[in-house]
Amino acid sequence: MKIHKYDTVIVGAGGAGMRAAIEATKRSRTAVLTKLYPTRSHTGAAQGGMAAALANVEEDNWEWHTFDTVKGGDYLVDQDAAEILAKEAIDAVLDLEKMGLPFNRTPQGTIDQRRFGGHSRNHGEAPVRRSCYAADRTGHMILQTLYQNCVKEGVEFFNEFYVLDQLITEVDGVRQSAGVVAYELATGEIHVFQAKSVIYASGGTGKFFKVTSNAHTLTGDGQAACYRRGLPLEDMEFFQFHPTGIWRMGILLTEGARGEGGILRNKDGERFMEKYAPVMKDLASRDVVSRSIYTEIREGRGCGPEGDHVFLDLTHLPPEQLDAKLPDITEFARTYLGIEPYTDPIPIQPTAHYAMGGIPTNVEGEVLADNTTVVPGLYAAGEVACVSVHGANRLGTNSLLDINVFGKRAGIAAADYAADAEWVDLPEDPAALVEEQIERLRNSTGGERVAELRRELQETMDANVMVFRTEQTIKTAVEKITELRERYRNVSVQDKGKRFNTDLLEAVELGNLLDLAEVMAVSALARKESRGGHYREDFPNRDDVNFMRHTMAYREVGADGTETVRLDYKPVVQTRYQPMERKY
Amino acid sequence: MATPVLDKAEAEAQPASPYITVTFRIRRFDPEVSAEAVWEDFRIEIDPKERVLDGLHKIKWDVDGTLTFRRSCAHGICGSDAMRINGKNRLACKTLIKDINPDKPITIEAIKGLTVLKDLIVDMEPFFQAYRDVMPFLVTTGNEPTRERLQSAEDRERFDDTTKCILCAACTSSCPVFWNDGQYFGPAAIVNAHRFIFDSRDEAGEQRLEILNDKDGVWRCRTTFNCTDACPRGIEVTKAIQEVKRALITRRF
Repeated sequence: MKIHKYDTVIVGAGGAGMRAAIEATKRSRTAVLTKLYPTRSHTGAAQGGMAAALANVEEDNWEWHTFDTVKGGDYLVDQDAAEILAKEAIDAVLDLEKMGLPFNRTPQGTIDQRRFGGHSRNHGEAPVRRSCYAADRTGHMILQTLYQNCVKEGVEFFNEFYVLDQLITEVDGVRQSAGVVAYELATGEIHVFQAKSVIYASGGTGKFFKVTSNAHTLTGDGQAACYRRGLPLEDMEFFQFHPTGIWRMGILLTEGARGEGGILRNKDGERFMEKYAPVMKDLASRDVVSRSIYTEIREGRGCGPEGDHVFLDLTHLPPEQLDAKLPDITEFARTYLGIEPYTDPIPIQPTAHYAMGGIPTNVEGEVLADNTTVVPGLYAAGEVACVSVHGANRLGTNSLLDINVFGKRAGIAAADYAADAEWVDLPEDPAALVEEQIERLRNSTGGERVAELRRELQETMDANVMVFRTEQTIKTAVEKITELRERYRNVSVQDKGKRFNTDLLEAVELGNLLDLAEVMAVSALARKESRGGHYREDFPNRDDVNFMRHTMAYREVGADGTETVRLDYKPVVQTRYQPMERKY
Repeated sequence: MATPVLDKAEAEAQPASPYITVTFRIRRFDPEVSAEAVWEDFRIEIDPKERVLDGLHKIKWDVDGTLTFRRSCAHGICGSDAMRINGKNRLACKTLIKDINPDKPITIEAIKGLTVLKDLIVDMEPFFQAYRDVMPFLVTTGNEPTRERLQSAEDRERFDDTTKCILCAACTSSCPVFWNDGQYFGPAAIVNAHRFIFDSRDEAGEQRLEILNDKDGVWRCRTTFNCTDACPRGIEVTKAIQEVKRALITRRF
């Protein structure tokens, strides 16, 4: 075991982690621990753009953006945070441009902007061009630009280091962050990083679904590390299903395709979104569009022999426009489906895409131990966190924005805190939990296989807690997850080595997914209403009287060692917008 | 919503099963087990429309958990899974079985020119060091404008191709010059220098050209086009290298 000491430790090197690292490295001695090489993170898979009311191509202002964000989140958004997001969006985009990001340009040479789902002029009047973009690889360009600037600033990376535990020490009755424990993939060695500040920026948890746009590595490691140490997870029942994943594969096809004029059609060729969202049509919010697609499929208007998908039609758009604005997704259609999007529509289905919930933070990125108490020295930003700017449903282009605005804020806040804070003592035997976990998995001779349990988890999640949910389906999922957690105790791995043991790490990741799937299902069962990404067929309406509140889930361990999820609730911050019926 | 899943019996009852049997012939190396690398064959059932990466997962998940490779996004954007497939550098997640003649064994080995650490995993550090050495970031002088810097659509288009790079190393590790001399910067580093040299906003083009004027710089390129063939993003790598050479001669960029 090795011990390292840094002022600031950042967990994750995607957009939020690297944006934080650029700020933190200027202000404090900083280490970035990342389970992948920095440019491998899933920020790079984001396509369509980053929202900011620059008003470069038509009238716009950040107040409209705030409203769209609050409405898009079905009023579960904390409005003070949404206001910061929309206001600071403008500088966040300009910062990236100055760092070198090659945005597409207008004829005047300014940053070009395009339409995106849920973004509107004057509180819902009509779609507005607010998304700043670089072809359909905006996330790729953000990730590359941030890494380039990390190289410029001399950010210190520990590549292929998996953080497996959050260290907490109680000082005068206050739980404080003391550091993290990481597993070095290349050698199997355990490292303890003592730090005054820790920032989680480790991304989402989409791999508990089968059809998902998420990378194999998005297994909720940061959420699980905090949750197991008694910290809450907020709004985990809210998961976004992106309307246009490649049929059966789940690979993302950007909403920018519809922003450029693409149309969703059922088997009769009908533009069905006109029925569900007369104003915004194909550019309604993602939860609305995904439900509409499944409604078409359920009512027998799906395409293909099994009627299990619909079409994204780009054939009426000029090939030059597809080449210039959507080159990557058209290539995905050619590579993976053998379809030419110039002439043929693309089969799509909703794909599990984004966790609205996560580690609760305030607007400075400080992690909350309950509804109000901050954990000194602990921060989170990006998809791992829940500020909450996305509420019950995130708007497209607001996640690339979120990582830049709150990544920067967390980086500054954590480094400033580290500048004044005293060192917190490490707990006794800090690596004990991780060493025990690794050795148990490595030495287990149990008969359960990681891949089989993960397949069963993904299948039950897709079948029971996806776009449509009922008490019955969620209960089925909870029972199945309980069974899988029990069987997980008998999981064993074939690779017993120390060097690059990815077999072992997949077992660790499965443990994280199982914990988080349980939190999600239990949170969803208790929310007897429909709001944003959480749709209950048995409670199809939003219930502001009983459920205009955030879910806070805690892990409880009973005297006999049994683990349960305890739910509590936190009020939503409402400032200027009163909840209204949500129409697009 | 459920995605329809056939149970096994039902799938077998259907006459037109999409699955075929394919042999994956994989170069295995684990210094904890043996100092020698060996070829190992795995026979798997796979739909030809699936990716080579899906085949590797079938082996790792259901047959041999010790098989080790990097991967993440699984659709050609993260750059983790460059490997040598039937002798050519490709991304395992962008290569469909049907496109590489499944009738014969499919050979899979680590990319060349970088030290193999285990199975398909190589030491990427020299690759990233060459990248870092070309100043891969925007350099400007003077006061920053309040708003964005202006750039015409034409000037933006000038370096569009080289912004697509995902640092997968497929190009660099396909280059015979790099195989013979690991000191050569390699195509990927030059591509990333090109991306800034030809960006109208940047002011460090001269410095980057001097770096690449070095004995291990662009002049080592022998224009074999392996890099262009290997690039999974379709970047015209050799052309970019030629443009850097020309800029060195004319000092115009």
